[in-house]
Amino acid sequence: MTKQNNYITSNKSSWCPGCSNFSIRAALIRAFSELNLKPHEISMVFDIGCAGNSCVLYNVYGFHGLHGRTVPLAVGAKLANNKLTVIGIAGDGGAYGEGLNHLVEAARSDYNITLIVSNNKLYSLTTGQASPTSERGTKTKSTPEGVNKTGLNPLLIALSAGAGFVARGYADEVEHLSGIFKKAINHKGFSLIDVLQPCITLDKKNTREWYQQRIYQLDDKWPVEDRNKAIIKVQEWGDKIPIGIFF
Amino acid sequence: MKQRKTFTWKIGGEAGQGQQVAGLILGRTCLSSNLFSFIYSEYPSRLRGGLVTNQVSISSEPVDAISKKIDFLFALSQPALDSCKKDLNNNALVFYDSNKVKEIDKSLKKIKFIPLSLRDLAKENNINAFMLNSLILGISSVLFDFDIKLLKGEIRGFLGENNKSEDLIKSNERAIQIGYEYACKKLNLKSLFDIKSKLKSSKRIILTGNEAVAQGSVFSKCGFYSAYPMTPASSILHILAKQAKKNKMVVNHSEDEIAAINMAIGASWAGKRSMTGTSGGGFALMSEGLNLSAMSEAPLVIVNSQRPGPATGMATWTEQGDLQYLAKVGYGDFPRIILAPADAEESFYFTVLAFNLADIYQMPVFLLLDKYISESHKVISDFNLKNLKINRGKILTQEQLSKIKDYKRYSFSKDGVSPRSLPGQKNGIFLANGNEHDEYGFSIDGFSSDLRKKQMEKRHAKLNNISKDLPKPKLFGPSNTSLTLVGWGSVKGPVLEAMKELNNVNYIHIPAPFPLDKNSLLELLKNTKKTIVIENNYKGQLADLMQEVLPLRFKQRFNKYNGQQFFPEEIIELVKKEF
Ligand SMILES: Cc1ncc(C[n+]2csc(CCOP(=O)(O)OP(=O)(O)O)c2C)c(N)n1
Repeated sequence: MTKQNNYITSNKSSWCPGCSNFSIRAALIRAFSELNLKPHEISMVFDIGCAGNSCVLYNVYGFHGLHGRTVPLAVGAKLANNKLTVIGIAGDGGAYGEGLNHLVEAARSDYNITLIVSNNKLYSLTTGQASPTSERGTKTKSTPEGVNKTGLNPLLIALSAGAGFVARGYADEVEHLSGIFKKAINHKGFSLIDVLQPCITLDKKNTREWYQQRIYQLDDKWPVEDRNKAIIKVQEWGDKIPIGIFF
Repeated sequence: MKQRKTFTWKIGGEAGQGQQVAGLILGRTCLSSNLFSFIYSEYPSRLRGGLVTNQVSISSEPVDAISKKIDFLFALSQPALDSCKKDLNNNALVFYDSNKVKEIDKSLKKIKFIPLSLRDLAKENNINAFMLNSLILGISSVLFDFDIKLLKGEIRGFLGENNKSEDLIKSNERAIQIGYEYACKKLNLKSLFDIKSKLKSSKRIILTGNEAVAQGSVFSKCGFYSAYPMTPASSILHILAKQAKKNKMVVNHSEDEIAAINMAIGASWAGKRSMTGTSGGGFALMSEGLNLSAMSEAPLVIVNSQRPGPATGMATWTEQGDLQYLAKVGYGDFPRIILAPADAEESFYFTVLAFNLADIYQMPVFLLLDKYISESHKVISDFNLKNLKINRGKILTQEQLSKIKDYKRYSFSKDGVSPRSLPGQKNGIFLANGNEHDEYGFSIDGFSSDLRKKQMEKRHAKLNNISKDLPKPKLFGPSNTSLTLVGWGSVKGPVLEAMKELNNVNYIHIPAPFPLDKNSLLELLKNTKKTIVIENNYKGQLADLMQEVLPLRFKQRFNKYNGQQFFPEEIIELVKKEF
């Protein structure tokens, strides 16, 4: 096992104190360590946004690319050098808005990369506009009357496009999340992990408490090989929100 | 006036009648007959119908351009004849399909019109309707006094390359034979072609600009090509995709041009030489990625084969309208290189150079072609690979890296180029960054006037050394003339072809239009009396670029922007008007 310290730089983060992105990073570093990956064997591609700003925190080969272009940048690196472990980090704005076309393509192409999305249902870095996953009615700076569109379900999109590994995690469930990451990295093909990541500064509705009351883990016997069941399950949202590997 | 001895053969008809193959086989037969040829096709953006022409200019001397004036025309439809009528030479021979062409202009007195009932000829001889072009090739072989065996060999070779059956090859050979006999016996044709082939001196090849780019990339050990189809760049993708396994090249037809360029940048970061290709409209989507390549200093080769814009413009026609766009596009200042090959030969060598420059200077390098260069076939000398080298620039070996204590990917080196490590190497971890960054690559958070300033200066420092590695502006023709023509890219061919008939003019060709080599240009221009800048665009984009950096004005410009390239005849006319 490689020590967790080896995967982090001494840089300071630009996140708000207590940001749930810290938990995601902790889970990922733990996965690296438990998989005993060497830092120089890991190539991470970062989007633009709060999530992507973790680029300075990881002591691995990194590429801080353009907003929405994490997937093609990561795919290019993986296709060029199959030996690399390639991981993309993006926000919901980048992954499901600006770059949705790339997500669909990666899912249907089954490129062997892992995409981790910090889904806070907002454009956080740009101070809180609506994102593609914001639910109908959500009032934000760009939608003062409330979002008048249907919120996207990214897992449904990935499943229908043919993705071979589709999971949802919750940022603060670090151990559970880390387990998902490990399986995703080991999965030979495209894997999407949508991580529910409450923005503690801008989101007054989907708070930590809100999520903690609702999330529950899929049980061990969940049939991960059944795409149709997964398609139904990922739509469960409301009083109860399942997390885990759906497919 | 000097004589230029070139014959031009042209075939016109609807899409799907095989004009392209006929022209190609004819041009290839020239090569095997120790002649030179230049093949060009004009076609609409559709698969059937419309007017498709193919034109071949043939000579015993190198042919640098397609000529406008036609000596032998095969008109397979009324529109084909109507559109070519005005371009017929005085004593041209016109063969027309008498089942399709009903109106002939009797006022063209000297021109000999010969009706061909291709349908009947095919029927009588039991030849399939889609082999009419082989009949025409058979007839044409008499005009050029070709050895029929060579012609048959070319059709065999071509169909074989395309995995066609022996039966089909044999039928085509038969159609050629029947066309040949028909021309000799029934039409009493004799060769009017008084060009004698020279003895073979060096090995020659025939290929298009796009084929040359593909070959150049293979020679350069390009490991990654990603693109989204767009005429006239698409055939690069087709060629490379077909050979991907053999060349160990990853070739990816991506979801869009944005992905294409980002993938190529990702591959470049991971250590592969990489390239993407498109036309202006596709590059518009790539312009975002261009900025990333520049800021992250990821080496990248971008092929842009121009077609008339703006917007979708004219998909299958040609123009030099993207020069200013490529030279200037980007938010913020950053260096880039534009190489503009003039033909297939330069397309190969410039591709090899482009990969080297991208690696040496760690910046985006454009190969700027146009539809005319991309799709015209030209007979050229086989590539001389002896002096070509692959230079990957400052890439650190594992051994070098292991000795470095505090590796900084974006260190402030004097020449602006800092040594690269590649993901997977030990002790070389760094962050490639599209955000402004410090020497390690870490984003500059908050105001840091010094760091930002220094990184800008580092990236631009590369420009100080660049001109020595770029192909120099070159003077063609006598050194002292009363008129000097100036041009770039595909202008060169028609001008050189025209100069074979002109005494009193020379030509300055600019192979690297950006950044311009000021000193060399001034040196060449200082002795000129009168200059005309010739460009295949509306504004005179090169002339404007030169005015930006040279203490000179280029008022006289000759521009063409109807979707066609220049013809030698137009240059000759221009020069004659000047005297
Ligand atoms: C092409 C482009 N458009 C817009 C922006 C501005 N921008 C920066 S981050 C961002 C959205 C961030 O939201 P998200 O991707 O969800 O990430 P988060 O900050 O929430 O982690 C936007 C629109 C940009 N950098 N580039």
